[in-house]
Amino acid sequence: MHNLLPLIWRNITERYRLLGVHCQICGKDYFPQRRICPVCRRKGKFVPKQMPHEGKIVSFSLVHSAPSGFELEAPYFLALIELSNGVRLLSQLVDSPAQKVAIGVPVKMVFRKIFEDGPEGAIAYGYKFKVVSGEGKKPAGKKNPRKMAAVNS
Amino acid sequence: MRKVSIVGAAVTKFGEHWSSSFRDLIAEAAVKAVDDAKMDGNEIQAIYGGCMASGRFIGQEHIGALIADQLGMNPLASTRCEAACASGSVALRAGYLAVASGMYDVVAVGGVEKMTEISTEEAAIALGGAGDQEWELFMGATFPALYALLARRHMHEYGTTEEQMAACSVKNHANAVHNPYAQFQRAITIGDVMESGYVATPLKLLDCSPITDGAAAVILCASEHARKHTDAPVEIAASGQASDSLALAQRSSLTELNATKVAARDAFRQANISAKDIQAAEVHDCFSIAEILAIEDLGFFKKGYGGKASIEGETALNSKISINTSGGLKGCGHPVGATGVKQVVEGTMQLRGEAGKRQVPNLTNFLTHNVGGSGATSVVHILKRG
Ligand SMILES: [Zn+2]
Repeated sequence: MHNLLPLIWRNITERYRLLGVHCQICGKDYFPQRRICPVCRRKGKFVPKQMPHEGKIVSFSLVHSAPSGFELEAPYFLALIELSNGVRLLSQLVDSPAQKVAIGVPVKMVFRKIFEDGPEGAIAYGYKFKVVSGEGKKPAGKKNPRKMAAVNS
Repeated sequence: MRKVSIVGAAVTKFGEHWSSSFRDLIAEAAVKAVDDAKMDGNEIQAIYGGCMASGRFIGQEHIGALIADQLGMNPLASTRCEAACASGSVALRAGYLAVASGMYDVVAVGGVEKMTEISTEEAAIALGGAGDQEWELFMGATFPALYALLARRHMHEYGTTEEQMAACSVKNHANAVHNPYAQFQRAITIGDVMESGYVATPLKLLDCSPITDGAAAVILCASEHARKHTDAPVEIAASGQASDSLALAQRSSLTELNATKVAARDAFRQANISAKDIQAAEVHDCFSIAEILAIEDLGFFKKGYGGKASIEGETALNSKISINTSGGLKGCGHPVGATGVKQVVEGTMQLRGEAGKRQVPNLTNFLTHNVGGSGATSVVHILKRG
């Protein structure tokens, strides 16, 4: 990771507040923000929109071989998350015991450090997600025993 | 559109070339391809070179002109094409379109990558450029992790197992044993894969293609002139290409690569054949799960059955369909910019009947499938004898 300072700074409101856009023409939400609606293209009309901070796990991986900037955290969970409005994003999971990480499990957003760009470089902050404990009694994935077996293998 | 044929084809040995430079690899592949076409080189009118990340790997950009210069081909037009790991195939497609359009009669297409001059960690960063840096690599994703997310979802929806994925690596190593150009001419077992240690669950080290140096080249010619150069021309019967989001989170599905489905649909339509007419193919197995996705998305197996077909041997050499006769990216090696061209060199050798112990007999068609990143670009070519 090098020369990331402009990128870290430029996306700060999006990353800190999960601020996406809503297209007033087709009604779809997008995160991260886009300039052109893929459905409406030039006819689209975007307004800023706060994304929900709750969602569920669509897929996940425990990353053992970490890229530079993330070595100290390895192994860590990476997950594809579907927010409650249907928007998907990729995020790390934190404060989530391994036995509770599964497809369909509810998660909520937390604010964390993402990485350090070298020992004296910039520190990037943003969203991570954690498994919601207590509400995880009946995750969607548990309906089908065969599917759960595949997830846990 | 004119018909276009391959009249010369060559690869370098794939592997760690400590004593060969980027320039050496290009020169070796190009000279062998020109010799194979029984040309002296003066017939060539333009050059297209696939290369993903030479700036990261060796600190060198402007590869198009470098190739022309190193081959002694100045002042020919020479253009670099880049689409991450599909760079070789988009270069081939550019060359194909240039001849098909009538602009040129003969062009050279190459693919090259020199990946071992930097550390594995630095190479991982370079390859990460194929994904969405701002929103996915930034969050701690790696390429194995992105494919791991696809694998986990495929396991969840279809019951695909880690052993089934391992079977792809095992089969590709078995094919590579018979390929003198392959990086790993040795067999491995499912046990070896299962014990190779997690990179990003559920993917293990031996589910992943290696870091490789290598180059490949083909000479394309208008089909009407092809028999001047070879007794066994191979026609490019179709060229399909499609795009999708770089970010995995923006995909409509995690259990298929839509770009592959669209590129394949277009290619089959152009060649006027269907998946049933393909007996052998090179598909993009950068990770074992990628081969399972490919054989499903290309229509060789029903969605969800790719893993089962793989472990039951239906994709082995001279079985139902011979997948990755060269050893694939896993066994033959994956010099990213060269891979798409190497796949077509393998198809050409197979259709000419020159593939030695890995030969699939009586082939009429051969399909190549090359993916950029985790599916943001997919390119499908169909080759046929004639
Ligand atoms: Zn819209």
